[in-house]
Amino acid sequence: MPEIQMREALNQAMCEEMQRDPDVFLIGEEVAEYDGAYKVSQGMLAKFGPMRVVDAPISESGFAGLGVGAAMVGMRPIIEFMTFSFSLVAFDQVVNNAPKIRHMSGGQLKVPIVFRGISGPGQQLGATHSWTVDALYTHVPGLKVVCPTTAYDAKGLLKTAIRDDDPVIFLENESMYGLRGEVPEKEYLLPFGKADIKREGSDCTVVAWGHCCLTALAAAEKLHKEHGIEVEVIDPRTLRPLDMPAIMASVQKTGYCVTVEEGYPQCGVGAEIAAQLQENSFDYLDNSVIRVAAMDVPMPYSKPLLQHVLPGVDRVADAIKKAIYFQG
Amino acid sequence: MTLNGKGVSVTTLVEPQQKIDPSPSQMMDWYRQMVLIRAFEMRCAQSYQQQKIGGFCHLYVGQEAVAVGSIAAVRPTDYVITAYRDHGHAIARGMDIHPLFAELYGKKTGCSHGKGGSMHFFDAKKNFFGGHAIVGAHIPLATGLGWAAKYRKEDRVVLCYFGDGAMNQGSFHEALNLAGLFKLPIIFMVENNGYGMGTHLHRASAVTDLKLRTGDAYGIPGKDVDGMDCVAMYRMTMAAAEYCRKGNGSIFLDVKTYRYRGHSMSDPQKYRTKEEVAQYQEHDPIGRLEKQLKDSHILDDKKVTQISDEIHAQVEAAHEKADADAYPDTSDVWSDIYANTFGDYKA
Repeated sequence: MPEIQMREALNQAMCEEMQRDPDVFLIGEEVAEYDGAYKVSQGMLAKFGPMRVVDAPISESGFAGLGVGAAMVGMRPIIEFMTFSFSLVAFDQVVNNAPKIRHMSGGQLKVPIVFRGISGPGQQLGATHSWTVDALYTHVPGLKVVCPTTAYDAKGLLKTAIRDDDPVIFLENESMYGLRGEVPEKEYLLPFGKADIKREGSDCTVVAWGHCCLTALAAAEKLHKEHGIEVEVIDPRTLRPLDMPAIMASVQKTGYCVTVEEGYPQCGVGAEIAAQLQENSFDYLDNSVIRVAAMDVPMPYSKPLLQHVLPGVDRVADAIKKAIYFQG
Repeated sequence: MTLNGKGVSVTTLVEPQQKIDPSPSQMMDWYRQMVLIRAFEMRCAQSYQQQKIGGFCHLYVGQEAVAVGSIAAVRPTDYVITAYRDHGHAIARGMDIHPLFAELYGKKTGCSHGKGGSMHFFDAKKNFFGGHAIVGAHIPLATGLGWAAKYRKEDRVVLCYFGDGAMNQGSFHEALNLAGLFKLPIIFMVENNGYGMGTHLHRASAVTDLKLRTGDAYGIPGKDVDGMDCVAMYRMTMAAAEYCRKGNGSIFLDVKTYRYRGHSMSDPQKYRTKEEVAQYQEHDPIGRLEKQLKDSHILDDKKVTQISDEIHAQVEAAHEKADADAYPDTSDVWSDIYANTFGDYKA
């Protein structure tokens, strides 16, 4: 199987779907002539022309709304936000129009649209540019939320997102675009709502997605090497729908659970998973669920401060040890 | 002539280049539609007071000629989208009034199955795309409808209505820039009734000649039109649609109109005088068309009474039927949120 970068996997997914369906088009800031701010859309203008790979002015509310309107009549727009921090300027289009038009029209209309781009801190961009929007969008009925961790997941899930008849929030991570992973040459799609066990283990369940899944895997490896602790890392891959049956099955096996996210702890995705576990798997838990999240502060600029605020390998490893009452 | 001394003039209109004379049967049809919209709205006011209608309810009384004259000038294949004062547009687009009453009463038989209410009427089959409640938020959607038409090389125009208050929203300016930039076939139509809720245009807009805010700014030329005159609305919209169909891009119409009722049903209207309302009512769009039809001997008093009786009976019957209809099942809260797919697509 060829190994490709995640940005190439995303590019392949968009190109394949655009070849398959003439109603698919990409619009966003610098996606065409600039070849993509992060080179995800590299070469697509040359391949598909300016009606299908469209440079938008710096006007998120405008072009997000353009996408929703086009989707109302059956087109399948891919809206690229240069970062999801900028999606907040278009928040009304994303949380009000896209997910509610099906409902308010009594099911007469559908809005098959993908909003994609980077989410998450870590690049020393200061507080306003460093949003992790996972929990914000997972909160909204009518949206679907996808957070791929590997190139393989990214390609299969993005193809599914483009074919899906509902609005999909597709969250990428800048620091992961260059990571390589095996991607089959043969076409494939991955379903929403199906978690993937990224590492099997029997001592503690860790739920983590996207960039934090890599942190969790590194923490698992460290605990394995240092203490022989076997951590099971579950990647939900989609946060809405969320594969709670898979998480509960793992917790029934291990008895412990830690969640890891770069978003904030209050009303975060980890808080939701913890709540659902205590409602549905209370008798299987041998300790309370422990959340690891960004600290509850605006993202600082200074590198050591930022590293302190974000969940790193040591913080995750310590949380796992605490969760399983490890005395070492 | 300026009617209220605040600059909202009904006579400073610019006539379109070509004169198109509607036929007597067309004009009779518009007359009936306007009478129907007004009767529908008056029944709504009553039903609101009887607490059959919840939420916000914005009546179209006084503005009937705008929707009727303009929608008559576009084709069934064209796209229509509007804001929350949407009852008139829905009726002018040909929606049956029973599912509209049923929607207002929150019934299962409502056009949106009781999920939308007064501000969210939709009819996809008639290319009527709502009914949108957040001020200005639907204007970017109109650019998407226009984009789809242009992308697919379809001969369609978009008719996008909004109020003068919406022109101060960022979404309006972003949408107008996109429409001007991409040369999208859209008629942007401000139903300039002089007030954004209770705030007069002069207290909300730095520039009150609204077409000046689209022409040089976004390359979208604007025209004034008398929104109390159904025939003028028809002629101007015909000219505007032709402009768009020829690939010229978008056009903006500043429609001078007036609402007789409050912004919504819960508006004490302290911001204007009864005399001001009465002045506009002298130029009532229904009365005006009625006079034109009588002068041409197409209509007489007997026929006026007959039409009025027929339409009031029609409205009463639709209201009674909707009133007797069933509410949705509580299990229906889970429908119309997602397609029944969760990504189970095959390669």
